[in-house]
Amino acid sequence: MESNNIFDVIILGAGAAGLTAGIYLSRAKTRTLILNEGMVGGQIVLTHEVANYPGVENISGYQLATTMKKQALSFGCEIKQNIKISKLDLSGKIKTVFVGEEKYTAKAVIVATGGRSRELNAEGEDTFKGRGISYCATCDGDFYTGMDIIVVGGGNSALEEAVALTTYAKTVTIVHQFDHFQAFEHAIETAKNNDKIRFILSSKIENFKGEEKLQKVVIKNLEDGTKNEMLIDGVFILIGYQPNSEKFKEHVTINKYGEIPTDLKMTTNLPGVFAAGDIREKQIRQIATAVSDGAIAAINAIEYIQK
Amino acid sequence: MTLMTSLEHVVTAAQHAEIVENNETVMICCGRMGPMCLPVYDAMDELKEEYPNIKFMDMLFDSPEAHVIRNAAECAGFMGLPFTMYYKNGKVVKATSSIQSKEQIKEILDGSLS
Repeated sequence: MESNNIFDVIILGAGAAGLTAGIYLSRAKTRTLILNEGMVGGQIVLTHEVANYPGVENISGYQLATTMKKQALSFGCEIKQNIKISKLDLSGKIKTVFVGEEKYTAKAVIVATGGRSRELNAEGEDTFKGRGISYCATCDGDFYTGMDIIVVGGGNSALEEAVALTTYAKTVTIVHQFDHFQAFEHAIETAKNNDKIRFILSSKIENFKGEEKLQKVVIKNLEDGTKNEMLIDGVFILIGYQPNSEKFKEHVTINKYGEIPTDLKMTTNLPGVFAAGDIREKQIRQIATAVSDGAIAAINAIEYIQK
Repeated sequence: MTLMTSLEHVVTAAQHAEIVENNETVMICCGRMGPMCLPVYDAMDELKEEYPNIKFMDMLFDSPEAHVIRNAAECAGFMGLPFTMYYKNGKVVKATSSIQSKEQIKEILDGSLS
């Protein structure tokens, strides 16, 4: 193995948590590699405007992620993005990560692979992605000007985006699986007070239908089991995120939600393996909390490798 | 009007026609600086070296000149940014709507553009 593939710490994931860990570790002269399966920035780049990150006024998610990446690189952190991790061995004192046939080793690993938009997994969902099904209201909202659309979800994102989509759409129907919402009260009130918004609760979309593009959905009432077809121009699926933890199932403890439990030092059940950010079992998922996790994991990883 | 990417930009409809005509294989991503588009530009930027025979370019979706892509027959029914077009020998061989991963793009490059 090439000596330049030997690191002190390997960070898996380059969102806010991973990049922060990279900044802290590299600044402490720890040889650090970040491996990221997608684009650097993780879910931050999916945010048009970040307004609540302390000390930074109105920055796009892309700009914030780019700045974090620059900071990490400036301290000597190595970053490889858009790669595919093919194999992991995290059990021994030396941790091994394979990218294709390329082998990388480190004394400690920080798992910061975050999450991805949750899909409904309903019939026809793949077929109509970009042809009537969207996961980004700010990206695709204007395609639905004067049309009838559905927003699926009951959290803050779903209700806030439903209100935002009324700028374009003729009507917005919120379809939610429960008889109540998880969103904050003010978001619920704002949606309820909007004349263009109506609600179908205790229901889920079972099927997407159409030809060249989406034309109708089958909605199942979860209380009485009845099914109804509804003509629709578009569906925005905003049902939260799921952790990118599938790769780690055989390596570290994962809870029933797919999250990795850690202690206050961000250590997992495996010595030398830390977890940070949205992949971790935690209450609040924000950029600020991911940054905090990343810093804590990095500092404790340094302590671990110095033992 | 161009996008703020490190890719070469298509600015006018005439330039678009010239590029498609004069290059055997071309990939053009037509979008905005938004979360569904940025990962595609990024992946294209990384693929430039791996596929030296393919011309990788972008185009601003909101430019009036982008009608050549917005109104292309292959984009009928597209409701998600970006609209990505793949051309071979002057003809559209594939078009996709919304975000695509590097792996998905490579699959098209190795298939439709090979």
